[in-house]
Amino acid sequence: MTDEINNPDIPVPEELKGQVAITTLDKIYNWGRRSSVWPMMFGLACCAIEMICTAASRYDLSRFGMEVMRPSPRQTDLMIVSGTVTKKMIPQIVRLFNQMPEPRYVMAMGACASGGGPFKEGYNVVSGVDTYIPVDVYVPGCPPTPQALLHGLMKLQQKIDNESISTSPWYSQGASEAIPIPILGPDLIDPRDFDRIAARRKAAAEPSPEA
Amino acid sequence: MEEKHSGPIETQSPPAAAPAEGLEARFPGSVRRDERQNFDGYLVEPGKLVEFATALRDEFGYDYLSSVTGVDYLPEERLEVVYHAYRSTGGPALVFKVQTPRQDPIVVPSLTGVYHGADFQEREIWDLYGIRFSGHPDLRRILMWEGFHGHPMRKDYQEPYFEEEGKPYKNRWPEGSVYRIEDKNPFHGNVQYPDEFTPEGWVPEGDDALYAGMKKVSAGGNGDGRGLGTEQIIVNLGPQHPSTHGVFRVVVTLEGETIVELKPVMGYLHRNHEKIGERNTYLMNIPFTDRLDYICSMSNNHGYVLAVEKLMGIKPPERAEYIRVMMVELTRVANHLWAIGFLLNDLGAFFTPALYAINERELILDVFEATSGSRMMCNYMRFGGVARDLPEGILETVRELVFERLPRRVDELDAYLTGNEIVRTRSIGVGVLTAGQALDYTAAGPVLRASGVPYDVRRADPYSIYDRLDFDVAVRYNGDVYDRYLLRMDEIRQSLRILRQVVEGIPGGEIQTGKPQYQVRVPAGEAYGRVENPKGELGFYVVSNGKPNPWRYHVRAPSFINLTAMGEMCRGQKVADVVAILGSIDIVLGETDR
Repeated sequence: MTDEINNPDIPVPEELKGQVAITTLDKIYNWGRRSSVWPMMFGLACCAIEMICTAASRYDLSRFGMEVMRPSPRQTDLMIVSGTVTKKMIPQIVRLFNQMPEPRYVMAMGACASGGGPFKEGYNVVSGVDTYIPVDVYVPGCPPTPQALLHGLMKLQQKIDNESISTSPWYSQGASEAIPIPILGPDLIDPRDFDRIAARRKAAAEPSPEA
Repeated sequence: MEEKHSGPIETQSPPAAAPAEGLEARFPGSVRRDERQNFDGYLVEPGKLVEFATALRDEFGYDYLSSVTGVDYLPEERLEVVYHAYRSTGGPALVFKVQTPRQDPIVVPSLTGVYHGADFQEREIWDLYGIRFSGHPDLRRILMWEGFHGHPMRKDYQEPYFEEEGKPYKNRWPEGSVYRIEDKNPFHGNVQYPDEFTPEGWVPEGDDALYAGMKKVSAGGNGDGRGLGTEQIIVNLGPQHPSTHGVFRVVVTLEGETIVELKPVMGYLHRNHEKIGERNTYLMNIPFTDRLDYICSMSNNHGYVLAVEKLMGIKPPERAEYIRVMMVELTRVANHLWAIGFLLNDLGAFFTPALYAINERELILDVFEATSGSRMMCNYMRFGGVARDLPEGILETVRELVFERLPRRVDELDAYLTGNEIVRTRSIGVGVLTAGQALDYTAAGPVLRASGVPYDVRRADPYSIYDRLDFDVAVRYNGDVYDRYLLRMDEIRQSLRILRQVVEGIPGGEIQTGKPQYQVRVPAGEAYGRVENPKGELGFYVVSNGKPNPWRYHVRAPSFINLTAMGEMCRGQKVADVVAILGSIDIVLGETDR
């Protein structure tokens, strides 16, 4: 682990070796973050069971410093969307995402969260959580085995390793935009879609050219 | 072991009318036999329904209304409500049906006054079929939200991603061009809106109807108008909450810390199992049943294949029956371990007891993975058998588990938990459901048996090889959280007892009747297959019209129906007990919402 953050480009005098470590700000910052990713205690469906198994003793999420699952979104870094995202649930998921402090990451665990999965054609199913919130890592499987989830988490660590404090959006000026929360109407309404609904209604109201 | 069970045999169950002789004579002109071929039971005039059900309960002994569901017979312009009632002393189901024309207003009298257990199921039918139940105390949508357009289980309802009535879809098979269904939808998403809908000036319905139904008694102080008045407040728990076992929500009215009224709100994981199931072919539904109660996929498979086997008139060979029972009982052990672990979680012992339970469950999942290829979603059973034979050496693993390891581990859990002072104080006398209430609210499985009703489908209406196995129906009598915990402990021990017999007695031979088929031929008719799932009675109501896809595919989900009694269990308890009571019911949201 020390090899990873210790960058020996700058010579250290012999007598200080073992007492001084020289590294970059990015490396120590990312090392701290990647080793304490706190996931939200948030399960949707079948995949949540495998997520719990991953946190249990056999697969042991705490090897990665990720065993601290917090029920409150305010204390979390990672949202593992573990299961089928339904239309009835998506307003709450978007609200939870908006409540997470930055830097925040989203993992789509399993086929349903990634794209609708076996239930995609259902009338109450959202075709993947990425239609509403940005996803960092997709984990395939139905459900993904604990090994697959661990692999996804390691991919997330790689992503964190490659970020830089100087370009990170969460330290730049201005607050980030909250994602508009979908509304439950006659069907699910994305507030960003108002124009399209109105346009379609206008097209339906106008007589077609052939008539 | 004799081998002659393997061929197709008569599976016609004894006519349900036999024990209830005299029903037609009791209601001349308004009750008649259902004469359609391969259909069973009675057709009741809607006007006489409540009277009929009351007589059934009080005079004929059918004190348990297990399942209520709707069917849309679109070609005949008819809607039907199908009821399955049992005697709590055992025996086959009595099926009765009410038919109504398919024009508005579609109204059927509600049976909630006779059997409280009809409450949520009637709300589900209103939600999905648009049948109104007159006299229902709280007829709101239950799985979808208030304001949703349409009643999605009707046969003429087309979902936004509709392609064809039934699978396999022509464009993908045998030679077609694959396209993404999103590209055909005007909104490029899984949504559709009625033509007249416009977002400007429109107000969502929200939860007003729900909150309006919450009881608020504004009695001051001692109820006599004097003393200190308390204000009752409404509190929401969920759908995102660590103790709701998934995306489940309850709304409670509190007076101080005491619960005045509690209503479960579900549908946050409603993923249209039944609608998709009616588009699928029969075989395609097996992997979907895995995802119902995702802790117990093997036993879900079992219920569904039993229902379809009843329709097809086939029976699996002896070895397959043994393998099935072995898998199902292992599932029961795994589920109860999980339930006990997470009940302790809910009681405040965060995660340590659950770690003990999960550890043992992992060993059972290893058996499933070796046998079926998957830890959780086994997709293992087939019509007339199982998908593949047991791999080499797995029987030894199971033998080691059920003779050596698991009994010791259960004793260990027992020693840590049963006498534990905190567990006892938190759970004894909490969430009491009496035997009468349990029957009235159609509680099933451990919830029913912990209330003193020794009803277990494996004994009451035996299926598979359970009539030849030696085991006791576990029963406890206090009906509180502690007894439900104890009952699960008892059931693990009984399951291990069954498993020991199965491991010793498993015969050799075939694992499949006939050739495994991709497209099974299912004759027209109806069938109801029920199994004792770890969570309670799981039933599959399947109506076939001879086509490759089922006309009606309904799941009687124990997790869903057990929640009907939750309000009753929680009334008068403290707010901190809600999660304990919920944990003791042991729900899985995949099955609750389907």
